Amino acid sequence: MNLFEIFKKKNSGNVAKDRLKLLLVSDRANCSPEIMEQIKNDIINVIKKYMEIDCDGLDIQITQTESDTENGSVPALIANIPIKEVRH
Amino acid sequence: MSEVIVVTSGKGGVGKTTTTANVGTGLAMLNKKVVLIDTDIGLRNLDLVLGLENRIVYNLVDVVEGNCRPKQAMIKDKRYSNLYLLPSAQTRDKSSVTPDQMKALTDELRKEFDYIILDCPAGIEQGFQNAIAGADRALLVTTPEVSAIRDADRIIGLLEANETKKRADLIVNRIRMDMVKKGDMMTIEDVQDILAIDLIGAVPDDENIVISTNQGEPLVGSDNLAGQAYMNICRRIVGEEVPFLDLNGKKGVISKLTGLFRKN
Repeated sequence: MNLFEIFKKKNSGNVAKDRLKLLLVSDRANCSPEIMEQIKNDIINVIKKYMEIDCDGLDIQITQTESDTENGSVPALIANIPIKEVRH
Repeated sequence: MSEVIVVTSGKGGVGKTTTTANVGTGLAMLNKKVVLIDTDIGLRNLDLVLGLENRIVYNLVDVVEGNCRPKQAMIKDKRYSNLYLLPSAQTRDKSSVTPDQMKALTDELRKEFDYIILDCPAGIEQGFQNAIAGADRALLVTTPEVSAIRDADRIIGLLEANETKKRADLIVNRIRMDMVKKGDMMTIEDVQDILAIDLIGAVPDDENIVISTNQGEPLVGSDNLAGQAYMNICRRIVGEEVPFLDLNGKKGVISKLTGLFRKN
């Protein structure tokens, strides 16, 4: 680690806050890693019918997002699905 | 009008019993008639923190099972005659009492006391369900650590899910301002932001707490930051508007200048 990285390093207090914020969203959504894995597999199976996707590059997670209709943030399921080829 | 307050946290060792002892004593100092109930059956400790461990004759389970009247089991505090302790049983377990029995007991005690404060066991099992059954509101104790905050969040969910929705106020305990300043501990605002409930008090990590626990005399109201922080919590419970303490204390001009934690 060089000097630059030491200065850039996040304070552990902020690290804790960020980790907790993410964790609590999925805790509150009552979504276990097993259920997330099932959701992921089901999504893959549905999309596979229409296009070829990169299953290893697929990433889903529950995060917070700003609501359009209500005030404040709401939990959201974010899926990042790299497409290899669209089938015709 | 009397109020039943449960002191809870989810995680163990964050200061529930110390908070119960100090808040109870503080309310007694404010001339309220108070009874503290130790609901941690099998792991009795509130008596020790209050310095009343040698006076126990009957306990909570005796009262619930009808072996004695509540009056016979309640121990009068050494220093404040309007403060009582209903100790827990040491040789029984949590299943010795049901939530309905606890609710019946706290409702009966309402006739005689201004405040009934329940020291909740750690965990979310039956002991927790017993402790919250009769409560009107909760004091949620947490420390600025990831595990304590995660557990506190779970407790908030359980209190909200309870049929009688209970209001929970946050106490952030064991804050070390030296670490907060270095950025190595979450701030009170961070904790409040994550848990999103009202803050009723912040208590610094103070060696006087250890000393007072050793002696069996709660330090609420004494001339140190923790003692003042606890007294402020008590005054907020009775409905006074009290500004939050500057936990930076008397450490010098620079720390006073920052005033990060002064709120109005």
